[in-house]
Amino acid sequence: MDIEKYIASGILELYVAGVLSEKENLEVHGYVQKYPEIKTEVEAIEAAMLALTEKSSQGLSNNSFESIKSKIGKAVPLQPHAVKRTPWSSYLGWAASILFAIGLLWLYMENDKLKSEIEITEQEKQTLEEQILNAREEVAGTSTILDQLRDKNVTVIALDGQTVSPTSFAKAYWNTKAQKVFIDAQGLPEPPQGFTYQVWSLKLDPLIPTSVGLLDNFTSNTNRVFELPNANETEAFGITLEPEGGSESPTLEQLYTLGAIAS
Amino acid sequence: MELEELIQKFQKKEISAFEKLYEMYSENILGVINTIVKNPERAQEICQDVFIKVWDKADTYNPAKGRFFTWILNIARNAAIDEVRSKSFRQQKRNLSADYFVGMLEDSEDLQSKVDTIGLKKLVANLKEKCVQLISLLYFQGFTQKEAAEELNIPIGTVKTRNRSCISQIRENMNI
Repeated sequence: MDIEKYIASGILELYVAGVLSEKENLEVHGYVQKYPEIKTEVEAIEAAMLALTEKSSQGLSNNSFESIKSKIGKAVPLQPHAVKRTPWSSYLGWAASILFAIGLLWLYMENDKLKSEIEITEQEKQTLEEQILNAREEVAGTSTILDQLRDKNVTVIALDGQTVSPTSFAKAYWNTKAQKVFIDAQGLPEPPQGFTYQVWSLKLDPLIPTSVGLLDNFTSNTNRVFELPNANETEAFGITLEPEGGSESPTLEQLYTLGAIAS
Repeated sequence: MELEELIQKFQKKEISAFEKLYEMYSENILGVINTIVKNPERAQEICQDVFIKVWDKADTYNPAKGRFFTWILNIARNAAIDEVRSKSFRQQKRNLSADYFVGMLEDSEDLQSKVDTIGLKKLVANLKEKCVQLISLLYFQGFTQKEAAEELNIPIGTVKTRNRSCISQIRENMNI
């Protein structure tokens, strides 16, 4: 930068007069810091203005500063008061807002907790309702079975345990009119994996076995009462253990129970 | 003590620093106000008000935006011009753009004041009429370059260069 030219431009005089824009003031201030010649020039211009303005004064009255001091002295005690008040109220404000935020958070968490508790209770309620429903169905099922077994057209046949499983037993409730037979298989052991019980209707002389049906889903049927259609002129019922799916003719070595109808 | 240091202490509200600055600049400020309001008693009061304001606004002074004296000068100018506008202007129907500084040179004897007319005249000796007018506008009334150019009906670029040569004349006169 050409310092001489900058000084000669007259901008420094306007700077001292205080009539430049804010941007120009900043620029000049920057050069004053950077170039000692410019600083010296600004001070010289200011000195000229100080001389001129001083000569324009008619002279200050005596103790003029004391008078100012007494006036600003009055204003001073007010300040600490004002300074004190602001932080107190602002601290309180902050504290209050923090407390409020904590409270809000707490309420939110409480609400969340209650919501999940309600959800759990709801689920429990649903489970219980299902259980009740199941129990009712079971009762209904049981009473239906009971009604069926009590029917006056029902003949009860006791099937005793045979050589394979002497402790086994079963009962057949044969409704000849409805042509249905209910097998109560409570006294049979659970069939091994891959095997199932098959019920046979037997004619005794000569011995002609006819398949009545399979006791499928043995384990899941908690009543162990199986309903099978039987339109045969049965003289005896037998239950054998057969491979899953049943057999054409009974495997007599695996005859678990047998019972003849008393005529 | 360096001026910068003094100003810093003043901004921290050290009354002793303020008193030193007052001693340095109060006569000048009074001179500026006196030139504008042309009422010695009123000028004294306004000068006091100006320095009270300077104390109250101490923290707003920013060295990057100008000289400290320029800052006070600006506050004083505004206060004095407000005074002229509000009261004297209406009562006396005086033209605001009247050239106060020029006027003072001409009729300072009528001011019943203790203005150092001889000293003042010595300072502005050899100064052309247009110089006195320009200094009055820029320094005593705070006209911007553009405003001064319009007032004096001269090109805006001329304001800067003419003002420099006028101030240079005063600087020469100071050394006589």
